[in-house]
Amino acid sequence: MLIHGWGNYPKIEAEVMNPLSVASSKHAIQKTPIIARGMGRSYGDSANSQVVLQTTYLDHYITFDAVQGTLTCESGVKLREILNLIVPKGWFLPVTPGTSFVTVGGAIASDVHGKNHHAAGTFCQHVTSITMLLGTGEIVTTSPLQKPDLFHATAGGMGLTGVILTATIKLIPIESAFITQKTINTGCLEAACDAFEAHTKSTYSVAWIDCLATGKSLGRSVLMVGEHADNGGLNLTIKDPITVPLHTPAALLNSMTMRAFNNTYYAKAPHNKIQTVPLMPYFYPLDVIGGWNKLYGKAGFVQYQFALPKTDGVANMRSILSKISQSGQGSFLAVLKQFGPANRNLLSFPIEGYTLALDFKMSTTTIELLNKLDDEVAGMGGRIYLAKDAVMRETSFKAMYPNWEQFDAVRQKYGAIGKFASDQSRRMGLA
Amino acid sequence: MKNILIIGATSAIAEHCARLWAARADALYLVARSEERLQTMARDLAIRGAAQVGTYCADLNDLQVHANIIDAVEMALGDVDIVLIAHGTLPNQKTCEQSVEDTLMEIKTNAISTISLLTIIANRFEAKQKGTIAVISSVAGDRGRASNYIYGSSKAMVTAFTSGLRQRLHKSNVAVITIKPGFVETPMTAEFKKGLLWAKPATVASKIVKAIDQHKNEVYVPGFWRLIMYVIKAIPTNLFNKMRL
Ligand SMILES: Cc1cc2nc3c(=O)[nH]c(=O)nc-3n(C[C@H](O)[C@H](O)[C@H](O)COP(=O)(O)OP(=O)(O)OC[C@H]3O[C@@H](n4cnc5c(N)ncnc54)[C@H](O)[C@@H]3O)c2cc1C
Ligand SMILES: NC(=O)c1ccc[n+]([C@@H]2O[C@H](COP(=O)([O-])OP(=O)(O)OC[C@H]3O[C@@H](n4cnc5c(N)ncnc54)[C@H](OP(=O)(O)O)[C@@H]3O)[C@@H](O)[C@H]2O)c1
Repeated sequence: MLIHGWGNYPKIEAEVMNPLSVASSKHAIQKTPIIARGMGRSYGDSANSQVVLQTTYLDHYITFDAVQGTLTCESGVKLREILNLIVPKGWFLPVTPGTSFVTVGGAIASDVHGKNHHAAGTFCQHVTSITMLLGTGEIVTTSPLQKPDLFHATAGGMGLTGVILTATIKLIPIESAFITQKTINTGCLEAACDAFEAHTKSTYSVAWIDCLATGKSLGRSVLMVGEHADNGGLNLTIKDPITVPLHTPAALLNSMTMRAFNNTYYAKAPHNKIQTVPLMPYFYPLDVIGGWNKLYGKAGFVQYQFALPKTDGVANMRSILSKISQSGQGSFLAVLKQFGPANRNLLSFPIEGYTLALDFKMSTTTIELLNKLDDEVAGMGGRIYLAKDAVMRETSFKAMYPNWEQFDAVRQKYGAIGKFASDQSRRMGLA
Repeated sequence: MKNILIIGATSAIAEHCARLWAARADALYLVARSEERLQTMARDLAIRGAAQVGTYCADLNDLQVHANIIDAVEMALGDVDIVLIAHGTLPNQKTCEQSVEDTLMEIKTNAISTISLLTIIANRFEAKQKGTIAVISSVAGDRGRASNYIYGSSKAMVTAFTSGLRQRLHKSNVAVITIKPGFVETPMTAEFKKGLLWAKPATVASKIVKAIDQHKNEVYVPGFWRLIMYVIKAIPTNLFNKMRL
């Protein structure tokens, strides 16, 4: 079967194993190397390999304690499904990425972050226990207290330690299925970062940057901060996405149309306005349109997401943003976010500072540009998000994630080497 | 709240029907041949809101147990409102062509066992003068094709049998619904190359649940398959013989 990530680049033919139960999953890893695969919402080749273990049918709830707010489920359960179950009962995900179409396994393997990273940390910081299938065929339980080395390698470990089968998540209480959102316009990057600083007490914060703006207004953005509302009821409305069926001719996305779009978006954004919005469009604005990734045409795209340490963070961000701006290859919009402290997970992406994410249409010049940017980011003590990457070289990876050696030692200890590998991991020197 | 018996409950299509029923707090009774998967499903459906979930582990080709299954569900739930029969296998056409034994086995799984169950259930519902029986047949039963006629002819039997049963039970206030899915992405079709005609089990399940609520007679899911099968049935045999379908 032809498989690919959300960026439609790269695409490969793969053999897909579909275990029907947790217990039978060990029969699905007879052919190795293999890599687990959830919804394929990572952008690049993290879930690509000649043989993949698809978790579609491992999608059962195991226990839900609606009093304590703990949920145990299989790894193929989608966050979207979980919301359907927990929101009406007054609970919410402690951390959620910008799409609800991801599995619990994918969220753990990428140790995903949300708009509340500065306060809540990553997804795995709310995971109290994981059961997983090792390369030896054994099924083991791991937690921050039980085989902690395995836990901290698996959380954010991109499927390279084994197959996550089930997980227990600690949920957060909510009183409403709505968010009170405040929008703040800022004229440049420095102003945006100051605005983040001024809103560190907000539960959620994220900014959309117009990365085509240059010079003085480089980094002009719209910061959106949010709090869970306390009224409006707990009814959740989940609508099926409207689908974009075909690959759009690339010409529609040239920089002229982008500029026009950004100018309108920026001008239209309500300034210092407070609104109450439902949870779904607040957290998952892009989930409304199914297949928007096809808008980039057949060649596909990559999302470039990097994080920079807080020290000199703003100046460094400006430097990279200007390079992207000069290249004229950047996307519509970029997402800027302030990160709180890093955690102990060996390959987890977030480090204290700032992160920026934007899309690039795939081409050879894009790869060249991104390789150059990787060097800059590494030099600044920053890193690239593995869940979005499709082109990073081994040298960059090893410079950005100095824990890689410790990570590989844990893989060795638990029998993962030679058993669990992806096209991405092989590119990065982890086989 | 409805009492619903699901036979072949571990089928991906049936499981998604069960989730929709659980979410509306119906009481469910699941029959399948894997005890482990039955327990996993039962736990899951209870969390999703099912009023009650019972299970029965049986190989449905063991025709002797069919009456016991129906006794057991009546013990557990009382009167059954809806039965969904969903089990089936997709035979390897080529190996069946070389083996009478394999062919008859596939016909047993896809037709005989279903007919055995239908006979027992129909008589009980007829006596009570109520109930709804839904059976998953297939578009493949509409015309035998070289690539798939062992499966197709089994499903054709199910389609014809339910058509007759529907007519017989009409006066007894019992609805019989024949469901004909097209291509659905499930474990049964894991090996197939997927394309535009393929539907997700969740989509198909919501259409099945709706058809059952509305007491439809015969439904194609998704609906465009009615047109496709109309065209396939209309192809003159001499031309059909030369085609590869
Ligand atoms: C529109 C959009 C918005 C996004 N926003 C955010 C965001 O705000 N924050 C953020 O952090 N991320 C974000 N992401 C990225 C996304 O959350 C991650 O890529 C996530 O891992 C995808 O989950 P998946 O189930 O699709 O996994 P896949 O893409 O299928 O796999 C991703 C990785 O997880 C591994 N994996 C999957 N399942 C298992 C398992 N059962 N056991 C072991 N390993 C497993 C795979 O091997 C692979 O390495 C976004 C993605 C999209 C498309
Ligand atoms: N998928 C399609 O494209 C498609 C199209 C048209 C019609 N259908 C029909 O839809 C129904 C559901 O199939 P599906 O697509 O959901 O596939 P599926 O997930 O493979 O379901 C088939 C189910 O039947 C069970 N089964 C087979 N033989 C059995 C036996 N002897 N005893 C007990 N259980 C038995 C299987 O159990 P085990 O898993 O334990 O083997 C499995 O749970 C079938 O009747 C199928 O013919 C499917």
